[in-house]
Amino acid sequence: MITPTLQHYLVVSGLLFCLGLLGVLARRNLLVVYMSLELMLNAANLALVAFSHFNNQLNGQVMVFFIITVAAAEVAVGLALIVAIYRKRQTAHVEDLSSLKF
Amino acid sequence: MPTLPDLLFYALAGFTLLFGFLCVANPFSRNPVTSAMFLVLTIISMAGLFVLLQAFFLAAVQVLVYAGAVMVLFLFVIMLLDIKEEERRRLNKAALGIGGVAVLAIAGLLVRALVQATPLASAAGQRAEGSTKPLGRLLFTEYLLPFEILSVLLLVAMVGVILLSKKEMK
Repeated sequence: MITPTLQHYLVVSGLLFCLGLLGVLARRNLLVVYMSLELMLNAANLALVAFSHFNNQLNGQVMVFFIITVAAAEVAVGLALIVAIYRKRQTAHVEDLSSLKF
Repeated sequence: MPTLPDLLFYALAGFTLLFGFLCVANPFSRNPVTSAMFLVLTIISMAGLFVLLQAFFLAAVQVLVYAGAVMVLFLFVIMLLDIKEEERRRLNKAALGIGGVAVLAIAGLLVRALVQATPLASAAGQRAEGSTKPLGRLLFTEYLLPFEILSVLLLVAMVGVILLSKKEMK
């Protein structure tokens, strides 16, 4: 067992990003897809904080602060959109929302 | 001899990945509420990782904003919608296969980048410790303009949400 370095954190971040991507591509519930998106954003945050720590700079942490704020705004708007879709179509399922599919 | 922070890193990283997996692909339950709960656990483990990286302020913000506000919003919307119908559906095998291939491709790219990267010249010396005060100073001097733009963004999001969730006017 060795002391964790930047690479360790980046591996965790990359794996988490892949998990989120899998969720976005494979799950069919709009809400779970949205949660997977949050997982991907969090993976990016982890990578930024790790870079910031191992480079002795705070710029990465400021970036993460901004990302968290934008993610919160995005969640609010996205969930309002999902509720609006549900009100109109009575479904929150990706396969039922294929009007634009070629 | 591993020290406590090292052991904590491995434990927290393991928890983060385990809970993240249970969030996106829980083999026992397809209920969105379960996913949301595991996402909360993932975010809290990640806040622990932030503490290990000495980003105390961000760890607190992570717990307050994500595990608090955002997840409450998620649960609220899940309760608002009818989720009983969702559990009956089967997984789409083709989507799962294509998704798996895409994920493996991205993972391969990440591994290749990590292997080929030259290790960072270990930035010795003092770490940026107890970072709340310097972080605040940086936020209100160098990053003041983005900070103000962000507040406008929050206002826009707020107005947009109110407009979207309002009943249509005659």
